[in-house]
Amino acid sequence: MSATRKIVLAVLAYGVAALFLLPYLAMVVAAARPAGELKDPTYLPSRFDWSNFVTLWSSGLGANLGISLQVAAGATALVLLVSLPAAYFTARRRFRGRTAFLLLVLVTQMFQPTAMLVGIYREFVALGLNNSIWGLILVNAGFNLAFATWILNAYISSIPVELEEAATVDGAGRLGALLRVTLPLAWPGVVTALIFTFIAAWNEFVVALILTSDPAKQPLTVVLDSYLGGYQIDWGHLFAASAVATVPVIVLFALIERKVVGGLTAGAVK
Amino acid sequence: MQPNVTLAPPPPPVPAEPCAGRRGTPRQRVWAACQPLAWIGPAIVLIFSVVLVPVVLMFRTAFHDIDAVGFDRGFVGWANFEALLREPSLAAVVTRTAVWVVVVVTATMVCSLLLAQLFNQRFPGRRVARWALIAPWAASVFMTAVVFRWMLDPRSGLINIFLHDIGVLPELGTAQADWLGRPSAALWWMIGVAVFVSIPFTTYAILAGLQAIPADVYEAAVLDGASPWRTYRSITLPLLRPALLVAVLINIMNVFNSFPIIWAMTAGGPGDQTATTTIFMYQLKSSSIAESAALSVVNFGIVIVLVVLFLKAAGGRSQVQS
Repeated sequence: MSATRKIVLAVLAYGVAALFLLPYLAMVVAAARPAGELKDPTYLPSRFDWSNFVTLWSSGLGANLGISLQVAAGATALVLLVSLPAAYFTARRRFRGRTAFLLLVLVTQMFQPTAMLVGIYREFVALGLNNSIWGLILVNAGFNLAFATWILNAYISSIPVELEEAATVDGAGRLGALLRVTLPLAWPGVVTALIFTFIAAWNEFVVALILTSDPAKQPLTVVLDSYLGGYQIDWGHLFAASAVATVPVIVLFALIERKVVGGLTAGAVK
Repeated sequence: MQPNVTLAPPPPPVPAEPCAGRRGTPRQRVWAACQPLAWIGPAIVLIFSVVLVPVVLMFRTAFHDIDAVGFDRGFVGWANFEALLREPSLAAVVTRTAVWVVVVVTATMVCSLLLAQLFNQRFPGRRVARWALIAPWAASVFMTAVVFRWMLDPRSGLINIFLHDIGVLPELGTAQADWLGRPSAALWWMIGVAVFVSIPFTTYAILAGLQAIPADVYEAAVLDGASPWRTYRSITLPLLRPALLVAVLINIMNVFNSFPIIWAMTAGGPGDQTATTTIFMYQLKSSSIAESAALSVVNFGIVIVLVVLFLKAAGGRSQVQS
């Protein structure tokens, strides 16, 4: 390939890349606009004022960020706790009902909570789990279980069973072999499932929108939505909070990008 | 982030653990049959309570009369569906949904095919450029949509300033600049945002498909003197077919169920003039939860059809086998 062609390709690709980052840059710039320049028709403000990022925490949004964090962490923990044994067992054993179980997981993967909002609402209100972190943890875990189970199943399947057997022979129990041999080898899969679930729960919007009406119990996305309905929209804090919520997530996702893609390609393409 | 479908490769044929089933005492036999439950039981419980129970409740609600405070007045047959059919805007909402899905998915696929070709080339800094592409995939779709709404502000939005600078928009702050205030214009901008957030996953899926194509088929094409376009059409596209099929179906499902984009930018309004069936279902919830459930059941039926199509499309390559 000639050098000119390479340069043209690179410039094109960087242009596309910039376009895809633009909204998130706009988010940060909007958050850093001085209050008086918020609605000025300019690409950039005359100066950057970062005070929104400081006052954010006293505006009450800090608490909502905390709720998002608890929901995401709780859902991730629950997903790992539930999917690891299931993925391990389906990867290692043939048993009656295995096909049915894997199909069930695959089918739930297809269902999105949006399609069954009314049912989720009726169930969780009946259980008294609306306006509760636990309700959101459960729903987020349930709908992200499939991804974790599939990717962990793939990782564990790729680890030779002989390694575990050797460990068992060497005196480690079955659980010991699982914890000391299989888990460390499947670690990239675990990290991928962990980050993926965390981000999905962190970003979740629709279920939280119908299940939480008390502003003190709402995760960040939902409380920002109520900002939009206000008479005077507090854009500065809205975007400061959005930026605080978005930037770490993009960085986290970049860490697992290759493996998510690997997981996606594993069955979908071959 | 949109959920992504992973079909794990079929597990290698691990020799089955000799089941204690036929031998041993009855007690051991019961234990052997129950053992899987200790491992997969929690997952089953979670799936049942969070995914399957809501489905049942949704169907139940659709055939019951529920009053404004949530009191159940009993079975009413198809009455909620009849009420739904009498909604004056239903036809427009359904048509809009079809346009929304077809246009977003088609545009996403075309853009992603082009981008995948670009990002599959070798150039310096490719990793960084690819990394930038994932931003909309990782970020909250709701927040992305809010930023677009901000960038479309009639007076001070970035996009409007740009359109003004290049001469497309004569004046800022006019009714013309208020894209989201006019239903037809709003729908096209929201379609654009939906394409924007769908491209990263789709491009990555196609990139993976491209990388799975063995290099020697291209070498053969070069030897035969095929032109690049001919090679792309006769070799790349046919070999990408499975990846494309999966990407199309996942996109159809995501776009059909998409809620935050329209919700953040117009909330389906004015009235329901920019609502898809998913948004309309949410709007109905405040007036009649039972009618909303009826529409959910219809939406759900459509999703089931899509799932079956997906399983058929995926089944050839990745068997859920024992």
